Amino acid sequence: MTLVSQATPSGRTGASPAFLRKITVDPWLFGLFALVTLSVLVFAVLPIFTVMKQAVVTDHGFDFAALADTLSQSFVWESLVNTLLLGATSAVIATAAGFLLAFSATRTTMPGKTFIHGVALLPIISPPFVMALAVVILFGRSGLVTRELLGIRNANVYGFHSLVLIQSLAFTPIAYLNIRGMLQSIDSALEDASASLGASRWTTFSRVTLPLVTPAILSSTLLVFVKSVEDFGNPMLIGGNFNTLAVEAYSQMVGYFNLQAGALLASLMLVPSMTAFLIHRYWVSKRSYVTVTGKPTAQTIRISGAVVIPLTILCYAVAFTILTFYLTVIYVSFTKLPGVDNTLTLAHYKTVFTAGFETLSNSLLLAGVATPVTAIAGMLIAYLLVRKAFPGSFLLRWGTLLSFAAPGTILGIGYVSTFNAPPMLLTGTAFIVVAAMVVKNLQVGIEAGSNQLRQIDKSIEEASTVLGASNTRTFFEITLPLLKPALFTSLSYAFTRSLTTLSAVIFLVSANWTLITVTILSQVETLKLGVAAAYCSILVFVVLAILAVMQFLLTSTSKR
Amino acid sequence: MSKVIFSNITKRFPGITGATAVDRLNLTIEEGTLVTLLGPSGCGKTTTLRMLAGFETPSDGTITIGGRDVTNVPVNARNVGMVFQSYALFPHMSVRENVEYGVRLLNLPRAEMKDRVASILDTMALAQYADRSPSRLSGGQQQRVALARAVVTQPKVLLFDEPLSNLDAQLRERMRDELRAIQLRLGITSLYVTHDQSEAMAISDRVVVMRNGVIEQGDTPLNVYSRPGTGFVAEFMGKANILRGKVETADAAVVRVRITSTMTFDLSSDGRVFRPGQEVRCVVRPEHIRVEPEGTMAAKVRRVVFQGAYVEYLTDLEGQECVFLDTEYYRTGVAEVGQTLRLSVDSRPVWILPENEADAMGKAA
Repeated sequence: MTLVSQATPSGRTGASPAFLRKITVDPWLFGLFALVTLSVLVFAVLPIFTVMKQAVVTDHGFDFAALADTLSQSFVWESLVNTLLLGATSAVIATAAGFLLAFSATRTTMPGKTFIHGVALLPIISPPFVMALAVVILFGRSGLVTRELLGIRNANVYGFHSLVLIQSLAFTPIAYLNIRGMLQSIDSALEDASASLGASRWTTFSRVTLPLVTPAILSSTLLVFVKSVEDFGNPMLIGGNFNTLAVEAYSQMVGYFNLQAGALLASLMLVPSMTAFLIHRYWVSKRSYVTVTGKPTAQTIRISGAVVIPLTILCYAVAFTILTFYLTVIYVSFTKLPGVDNTLTLAHYKTVFTAGFETLSNSLLLAGVATPVTAIAGMLIAYLLVRKAFPGSFLLRWGTLLSFAAPGTILGIGYVSTFNAPPMLLTGTAFIVVAAMVVKNLQVGIEAGSNQLRQIDKSIEEASTVLGASNTRTFFEITLPLLKPALFTSLSYAFTRSLTTLSAVIFLVSANWTLITVTILSQVETLKLGVAAAYCSILVFVVLAILAVMQFLLTSTSKR
Repeated sequence: MSKVIFSNITKRFPGITGATAVDRLNLTIEEGTLVTLLGPSGCGKTTTLRMLAGFETPSDGTITIGGRDVTNVPVNARNVGMVFQSYALFPHMSVRENVEYGVRLLNLPRAEMKDRVASILDTMALAQYADRSPSRLSGGQQQRVALARAVVTQPKVLLFDEPLSNLDAQLRERMRDELRAIQLRLGITSLYVTHDQSEAMAISDRVVVMRNGVIEQGDTPLNVYSRPGTGFVAEFMGKANILRGKVETADAAVVRVRITSTMTFDLSSDGRVFRPGQEVRCVVRPEHIRVEPEGTMAAKVRRVVFQGAYVEYLTDLEGQECVFLDTEYYRTGVAEVGQTLRLSVDSRPVWILPENEADAMGKAA
């Protein structure tokens, strides 16, 4: 603070320019801002631009011939069409299923809502390709259902149909949570008013309820679409000849060492992702009639009787399918050679905890490092963006948005290309993996933090500064503790995602630092399904345990 | 030692509108006194207070505290205390931790810090709640924590930003008197912002009425109420009838003003010069008008509002509106709309508004 008092000579009249003053008032905070912004530019924006540059520039400068050559090959357009088709189909089905679950859970007398809710959330906390593994086990060439039950010898599980099933189930929770939040925040009085005006249940549903949740339905569709475009593990495992952009980019890069084609395909992924993301952010979310506060208003359940029966059957069908898949994976993890020798064994776990222990501990260590960094950086960025308008804030805002909307594949390829030469020679290090995890998951913390900050009375922070605390001190002693719920949301999300991520890190793992998700993928590819299932079970268990611990910490520290 | 001086303070907010929130404001707060900024919302009173705290930087002019220019000194180096409208207590800290927060930043010896906190908690009758969360206190207790936290660091200036507006009416009066008592005891230079004129009069050494970013009048509560400088001040400080009249005769001491065909006021000229025929405006407070069968003024009742302790009448006085309160309705009965009442006015507190430039400007705006 000595610096500041020197910068304000007494006896001088007039005031210094506002933006300069913002900086001189708290040089430390501005330093943090500059550091964070620079990091986001280097680790989020630069890699993406590097990939886009690589797609069009070769050794000969801007290489139109090479670009035209790549674009004339059928695999480019095929994978683009495949990606869009898969994304659109999964988005529609997952949203419909999510709506079904959300509506039944909030508006009807369906029994066992807690059970449905719990099961519906399972896919969120596990790596998405657990589903793919289960499908291979159940319906594959030597599948438990196809061969054991039905006796089919040449079942083809690979392709579009399986991908749709898997992605729909895996992304239903996103739609479910989104739509459920909005259904809960609609004032029941609106539906009561419709009923009191003489409208039938169907009229009330179609003319009042449905229009009010339309924004949530649209936003779910777009989010699932983005998720599907980004998905790498499922198409890789079960796509067969049905290649998506993410898979094609990976095989061009890793299989054919065709950097330019890989970069081009990854850049193409950016188009649907960014379009859907921007529509979601700047169009759909502004058309909301209700503000989703996350605070459920009292709901009166008024749909009962015969209508509930088909809804209940459908909900339980979805829930049991999800549950069956998970139980299958757990069962197989204890089975000697699924489909061939079904004797129970602990051999796979033994493998995981001996030969495969390093990959598990690597994953836990790197995710453990990335998680607090992600969460605290998220809160700090939210604070800087909402409370302090430093000159250059837009760089930070757009940089983090870009890193969130961009698919993991482009980030992964970008990291490999950007950080493979001095002065930023980072390939092969743990640092680069952690950086990818942090950058990819930052935005959720920023959003949660920003929303919470807007609920916190600004004068609480003013009270701290007026009492003599600097802005930096105010952030760490007042703001951060008040952001605790958002911090925990961000911690949970960052940990789950860092541990289960695949699309970006698959380009970054090295002999020294390999990750559990990449190991599972290679185990499935070599048909060591039992070991893969054991890894998946452990992963789900670890995530559940950590989430439970965090929940416990949150509730036990907020009691006073 | 901690006299506050605003010199030529102007605050323009950036933006297309370029609104001037405060316009060339000059104000001195004498050591140890409490000055209230009073005015409607948007008059610039809160901006003025926030400039003294350091949350806003003046576009022009200087602010000094105890002779030190603080115009460019950041908030946390100004050594001011502030009580916020929402109290702004730290919800994740106990009452004691809230009060300790500012003292910890002073780097005092531990024993002295503990002493200070204990003594202020005692003074504010908060000792028994020290380990509670502020959310589990009543509104009045939260208010006291906010005040304790603001004064425990022994600031040079204490700022109040509408501190009582979150309390219900009865508690508000009690807390108002408590705040004033503590301010007097500590002898701390204070700036208080409110839009409630009765609160301003009850608590202040000086009341400064603001409007559209400029000071309309600053004086003792008694003078601002009984000798308002402008019609705006007269009407903002409680209920007022502003009756137009014409000067009939004027000498050095007494002015005779005709209000209606049947009534004149003989008023003190208060050192001012009036000439016969001059149009003037007289401030007549409702409480100085009484219903009297022999009254010289005939007023036609247009609206009757029963208020329990009194009846409020809106009447027509030969084309001029006149409001007054009848506290003796239980003896004379409540009049009805259309009825004519005879009124008498105690002319001693009637005040002739100075026809100054500021008022003309105010009317234009």
